Amino acid sequence: MDKVIIAQDLSLAYSNNETIINKASFSINSGNFVFITGASGSGKSTLLKSLYGALKPKQGSLVVGGVELKAISRSKLNFLRRHIGIVFQDYKLVKEWTIEKNIMLPLLINGYLKSVAQDQVEKLLKHVRLNHQIGKYPLELSGGEQQRVAMARALAHNPILIMADEPTGNLDEYSSQLIWNLLEGANNQLKTTVIVVTHNIPKNLSVDYKHFHIEYGNIHEIR
Amino acid sequence: MKSVRNHLSLVLALLSILFSMQLYFIVERSIDAYKVKLSQNYSVIAVSKEELSSEAFAKINKIVSQAKEIAPDSVIKRLSSDMKSTNVELLKLTLPRFYKLSLSHYPSPEEIKKLKSDLLAHNAITKVEDFAHTHDTVYKLLLLFKNVVTLFSSVVLLVTVLLIFKELRIWQYKHNERMSIMGLFGAALWLRSAVLFRLAIVDALLASFVAFGIFTYLSSYPWVLDQFKNIGIDVVVFNPIDDFLMILGVAVAISIVLASLIVLGHKEEA
Ligand SMILES: Nc1ncnc2c1ncn2[C@@H]1O[C@H](COP(=O)(O)OP(=O)(O)OP(=O)(O)O)[C@@H](O)[C@H]1O
Ligand SMILES: [Mg+2]
Repeated sequence: MDKVIIAQDLSLAYSNNETIINKASFSINSGNFVFITGASGSGKSTLLKSLYGALKPKQGSLVVGGVELKAISRSKLNFLRRHIGIVFQDYKLVKEWTIEKNIMLPLLINGYLKSVAQDQVEKLLKHVRLNHQIGKYPLELSGGEQQRVAMARALAHNPILIMADEPTGNLDEYSSQLIWNLLEGANNQLKTTVIVVTHNIPKNLSVDYKHFHIEYGNIHEIR
Repeated sequence: MKSVRNHLSLVLALLSILFSMQLYFIVERSIDAYKVKLSQNYSVIAVSKEELSSEAFAKINKIVSQAKEIAPDSVIKRLSSDMKSTNVELLKLTLPRFYKLSLSHYPSPEEIKKLKSDLLAHNAITKVEDFAHTHDTVYKLLLLFKNVVTLFSSVVLLVTVLLIFKELRIWQYKHNERMSIMGLFGAALWLRSAVLFRLAIVDALLASFVAFGIFTYLSSYPWVLDQFKNIGIDVVVFNPIDDFLMILGVAVAISIVLASLIVLGHKEEA
């Protein structure tokens, strides 16, 4: 099986040099469904940052999609990111754009035809149950609604890898289930590799999954 | 409404720059036109022992565009009735020649001084009257006027530029967020900056067209035209082609520079 992510003795630190992840080695196969758990401040978001190339490895090696991120060129990184869908913990929606335009962003970047992109956005809005909010701006939505917009944007371009940082953090039971169904669907039907940071792994998951736990800078493979 | 507010600050700043620029040009044109008018009325009188042509004067100092002899005939005619014709001829020969020198442009005091000394250096020329005192006063007044307007335009320009730089940080912050998010989804730099440059060019066009409208209106506004008629000069307040192209060029250049500054200052968050 293809390895989408291979980390070897990976250490991560911000500019203050305080080690967040210390010499971790792990790998994620194509089509895996992976949960990452850990206490607040343990480094879950930091690990994701390194996976999409926003934080360079301090030591060790990190290969994503066959490219070593330690010395990746800007254009290669752009290329890689076009095949990744991310749900950020703080959503990172563009405030001055309507929610449709936000969801359309990855499609625009990937050069989809406008008409194709519009159909896709419409479909996604239905999937996340937001079609009644068309035309609104992110700040006119509730936190949970913004989170679902972020989810729709991450799915829009059918990425080969989805990373979601606490995608159900702000959602009730019903909406959370919606999100899990979407992620499972992508994983099942499109063989999308899914990495989810969460505090509670859903009980009724239909897919087999891996589970990494971060503690004191170490990454333990629990399952 | 949101989009109107987005455009307003840059459009207003650009308009203020375009205004001070055009004002400067109008004043410069007025002064040039007024100088032409003055130079038509201003002349230097030179007294020469021998006949000198316009070319000869131009050779002495090329600011002289024309030398016209003030004909002594009328004076002589009055005298000649009591004189023998041989005496008249003699008188004509001994009488010095008076020349009225027209100048190619309105001279500065230095140019007048130089002209006077050049003329006196010629051994045929005995006396030069340059009316320097009147000339000086008018010239200094023009200069003062021009300096005041230049200063005013510069201050407006400076204040606007300072305001723009203050705004620039806000714009930078605003655009940085969107550009970072686009970058996280793999947008190349040109695509990340495209929105910004489009916005900048739209604002430049907007400011240019508003300026075009206002200046076109002003250039046919009776009060404005009267001002120039009163001093007897003909000034192009706003040339709808040349001036508009310049305004457009300046506005587009400024906003592209600003957009580039924002792109260069763009930092991706880690
Ligand atoms: N930009 C940054 N610069 C410096 N330190 C940072 C930065 N971002 C996070 N950290 C530090 O890195 C550590 C891990 O943060 P991270 O955001 O990865 O935690 P987390 O596991 O995602 O927590 P949470 O569950 O609360 O989201 C924290 O101690 C935090 O203070
Ligand atoms: Mg986090």
